[in-house]
Amino acid sequence: MHPDRLWRSAEPRKSYEVVIVGAGGHGLATAYYLAKNHGITDVAVLERGWLAGGNMARNTTIIRSNYLWDESAGIYEHALKLWEGLEEDLGYPLLFSQRGVLNLAHSLQDVRDGVRRVEANRVNGVDAEWLDPAGVKEVCPIVEVSPEVRYPVLGATYQPRAGIAKHDNVAWALATAASALGVDFIEHCEVTGIEVSGGRAVAVDTVRGRIAANRIALSAAGHTSVVAATAGIDLPLQTHPLQALVSELLEPVHPTVVMSNAVHVYVSQAHKGELVMGAGIDAANSYRRRGAFHIIERQMAAALELFPVFARAHVLRTWGGIVDVSPDASPVIGLSPVENLYLNCGWGTGGFKATPGVGWCYAHTIAHDEPHPLVAPFTLDRFTTGALVDEHGAAAVAH
Amino acid sequence: MLLIPCPWCGARDEVEFHYGGQAHVAYPEDPSALSDEQWGRYLFFRENPEGDFAERWSHSAGCRRWFNVVRDTRSNRIKHVYLPGEPRPVTP
Repeated sequence: MHPDRLWRSAEPRKSYEVVIVGAGGHGLATAYYLAKNHGITDVAVLERGWLAGGNMARNTTIIRSNYLWDESAGIYEHALKLWEGLEEDLGYPLLFSQRGVLNLAHSLQDVRDGVRRVEANRVNGVDAEWLDPAGVKEVCPIVEVSPEVRYPVLGATYQPRAGIAKHDNVAWALATAASALGVDFIEHCEVTGIEVSGGRAVAVDTVRGRIAANRIALSAAGHTSVVAATAGIDLPLQTHPLQALVSELLEPVHPTVVMSNAVHVYVSQAHKGELVMGAGIDAANSYRRRGAFHIIERQMAAALELFPVFARAHVLRTWGGIVDVSPDASPVIGLSPVENLYLNCGWGTGGFKATPGVGWCYAHTIAHDEPHPLVAPFTLDRFTTGALVDEHGAAAVAH
Repeated sequence: MLLIPCPWCGARDEVEFHYGGQAHVAYPEDPSALSDEQWGRYLFFRENPEGDFAERWSHSAGCRRWFNVVRDTRSNRIKHVYLPGEPRPVTP
């Protein structure tokens, strides 16, 4: 290994105990916890592009756990607790900053939903407060809370333990730690098919040849439908572009994270100084990592309404990724109809915050061939039984 | 932004349209005869191809009529536009 490289770039071997498809945040975290918690190190993480170059490189890095339902509180709060110890665990700076998140309410219904969510969060041991407009102003002085605007701020939910982290550092830290434990990372190795024999997944076909595996774990975000289809599995997912943008570097002006469902934007300020903003998905399905410009325009209009101080800021860069959206805004994690093939998908617009939590639980699921209790509610089966985990409210504009 | 050729009004910007998802999804003829699995598939499962996709659009800020489009989801290139009720054109 090159002394300056953080992880080994491996040549694919003929077979592995576990093959993970997708070296994004979830794939990396899963590999790390497979090795660390379960002693399974005969693991290859296959990646069609480069390590953590998909949504892991494109998200707006918001971390929070203030979801409505018990099932979601379970997995997201587990993730947040892991985030709180992750820098120490990985021995790498992640710039994890618990600066809090405000979810603004602009209508009476928003207020009712927000108050209900605060109470639900507290019952589940998730920190949450309801703030009136003056309280919002105190947490984030640059938010416009005057009653004169088109959609006045009527209050907000506030989760103080929420925050942001430096996404690239998270990927590098997980890859370094997993690599040190013996995991192989194989980039530019697109999976073109899953070989199923007698109802069991036995190998993956890749652009670099066939790789046999006792267990195959999908973690391919927007491309999950395509990969799963090669094993004959239909998933209730739709792939959409999701855009984000940053401003040029500014002095620190924005001390927290602000999200607004009603006016459709979410904003934080990165450590380096750029304002990071995200929008909603493009309406039409697409695998093109590029969204429509009118989405950006609307998002900027919303941001300006909430933060008049941004009027003189310039957009430095916009980009898009593709996300796998599920019908109930909750992920699909666990066993699949094919033996030894595991699913982790449907995170849509909000997978980053769950990175360590889902890695932990997905590794457990793969190691024991049985869903970890925290992901057990998120089966594919729920679209038959009707036991949905509807998080459209708490998922915000995008999670 | 997509430039979408409405069959009645001609090519217009995407902002004038409303997306309707996958085309040719018929309401089940006898819903109560379906198993839970079949009903779940009707409600929640739609095609999600990386490639040609038959989908519905409504020209909601124009003539307000629905029509179908075959679009390549890799390039967003629109290959066919046709009327509801017509079969999906065969793409070479």
